[in-house]
Amino acid sequence: MKEIVVLSGKGGTGKTTIVASFAALAKSKVLCDCDVDAADLHLLLKPKMKETHEFRSGQTATIDEKLCTRCGLCEEVCRFEAIKDLKIDPTACEGCGFCAQVCPENAITMEENLAGHWYISETKYGPLVHARLGIAQENSGKLVNVVRQNARSIGQKEGLEYIITDGPPGIGCPVISSLSGANLALLVTEPTLSGMHDLERVIGVCRHFGVPALVCINKYDLNEDNTCQIERYCLEQGIEVAAKLPFDNIVTESLINGIPVVEYYVVEYYRGSIRGSIVQQLETLWSKISENERGG
Amino acid sequence: MLGGWVATARVQGPAATVFAQTVEPSCPTREAFRATTSSVLSAAQKWQENKMILSIASGKGGTGKTLVATSLALSLGKQVQILDCDVEEPNVHLLLRPTIVQSKPVCIPVPIVDKAKCNYCGKCAQVCAYKAIAVLPETVLVFPELCHGCGACSYLCPEKAISEEGRQMGVVETGYCGEIDFVHGRLNIGEAMATPVIREVKRHIDPTKTVIIDVSPGTSCPVVEAVRGSDFCLLVTEPTPFGLHDLSLAVDTVKAVGIPCGIVLNRAGSAYSKVEEYCLEVDIPLLMRIPLDMEIARLYSRGVTLVQGMPEWRGKFLELFRNIKQALAVNKRVRT
Repeated sequence: MKEIVVLSGKGGTGKTTIVASFAALAKSKVLCDCDVDAADLHLLLKPKMKETHEFRSGQTATIDEKLCTRCGLCEEVCRFEAIKDLKIDPTACEGCGFCAQVCPENAITMEENLAGHWYISETKYGPLVHARLGIAQENSGKLVNVVRQNARSIGQKEGLEYIITDGPPGIGCPVISSLSGANLALLVTEPTLSGMHDLERVIGVCRHFGVPALVCINKYDLNEDNTCQIERYCLEQGIEVAAKLPFDNIVTESLINGIPVVEYYVVEYYRGSIRGSIVQQLETLWSKISENERGG
Repeated sequence: MLGGWVATARVQGPAATVFAQTVEPSCPTREAFRATTSSVLSAAQKWQENKMILSIASGKGGTGKTLVATSLALSLGKQVQILDCDVEEPNVHLLLRPTIVQSKPVCIPVPIVDKAKCNYCGKCAQVCAYKAIAVLPETVLVFPELCHGCGACSYLCPEKAISEEGRQMGVVETGYCGEIDFVHGRLNIGEAMATPVIREVKRHIDPTKTVIIDVSPGTSCPVVEAVRGSDFCLLVTEPTPFGLHDLSLAVDTVKAVGIPCGIVLNRAGSAYSKVEEYCLEVDIPLLMRIPLDMEIARLYSRGVTLVQGMPEWRGKFLELFRNIKQALAVNKRVRT
């Protein structure tokens, strides 16, 4: 079983659009949405939820006002500025428990957070494991781990060939949790200064964790000079640019209709309104990735 | 100057009341005093109205946060500070090209165990909520990348065997771009925790200025850390099901933190009207629309801000700022 994770650094470059298309193109796979704080893949794959699980993680301090003598020690030791005027700000509390340890009156208790939910669903493309982090909750990295572990065990049980993972933006904890131990990272970028800057950083993260990477330049025709620069940079870094996708309104249209673009395109094809080569490009991209994995 | 005049003085929060008494009703100082106080008061009020901490967030990535943050800062031009709190992927500097004056490492304190003093009692491991320290029969293992730097282990060690040393997570750089103050943070590659770097960026907030904070996408801890303490949060979205879905999550997040918000609709003009419907439904003001325009996208791709590439937008961003102040005033009236 091969695990392919789609990342980008910069948000909004097209990760979910591409993953939804792979869902329609790949034969034997489990899908996995690791963007747990703004998950969107389910909007295109229309899952039927089979299992819902609670995600309990981390703790938050509470002060029992009846026991509190207002000595102020808790406020003094807290390094996260989470206690002000002897009141806990739950969004600032990091759950370290230092205050509860030092309180001379034992007036502070630590309570476990219900930090979100995770789901196992069925879609017409295959099983999907996804999650929803609670509002303003922490520990997204741990929830990502839970989602990935479950996708893996489904994949093993059903003897599937691929795990295809939609990753979060950025380079921090949920990205590291999505990436470490994967077989391949597909990095989606766009030819803007921000896209290029963020690509370099996410390539750095892939190197750091020893995961091989391929690059896909989305909306490459938005700025062809920048596209050239990305290609040159990738060449220097020894990373293959596996696809260049053109800007095409059909992507937004398919999104609004809630259908992966490769399937929406087929519908439009039979209506006689073919536009652009984005679908062929996506098909080529997927076959390159699957060959890459078979070869490696 | 007021010696012997002041009858009573009271300070309550940001407001101060002073009662002064003159001996003679016709005393010329009286008028001068009245004029001075009223001008001081109106200046203070104006200052109070103008300065604001404004964060710019979105839920979904790539909707145009940085575009809005940079163009708004440039339109205001003076008395502005811009903070890039997207420390995982900071982009503001690519558009503003600031002159960096200072660069400071961001460290969190991690424990160092003095083996000569340690008796392996296990207290440190027991109090660590992050499993960043493990005590074996004759060794103590510290996992610095798991440590949040809370300090519980060193404080609670009965043998005082634990000291702390800084572990660098990233860097905060400060500088300027014209009359705009610039601050951003950069998380080191391979580091997981963004919040200590965000916290350090926010320590640079200058309360005498209008502060604009560019926030990372998402709804979890880095977003909460960046928006906390803001007077208002602008949420930038786009007219797609992804934009709407992530917007509704972002709205719930800023509400949980207790910050009033308004919406900027970017790439507007498609037939998808559900974002507008949502704004009406939850009663959040739609403060600005930026149309879907390839020219705007091309400017951004070259690192040119919207107001520099299309100066006619300056007026619209100033209007956005007025709209925000108005929305804030309405919000205050509703709350009081």
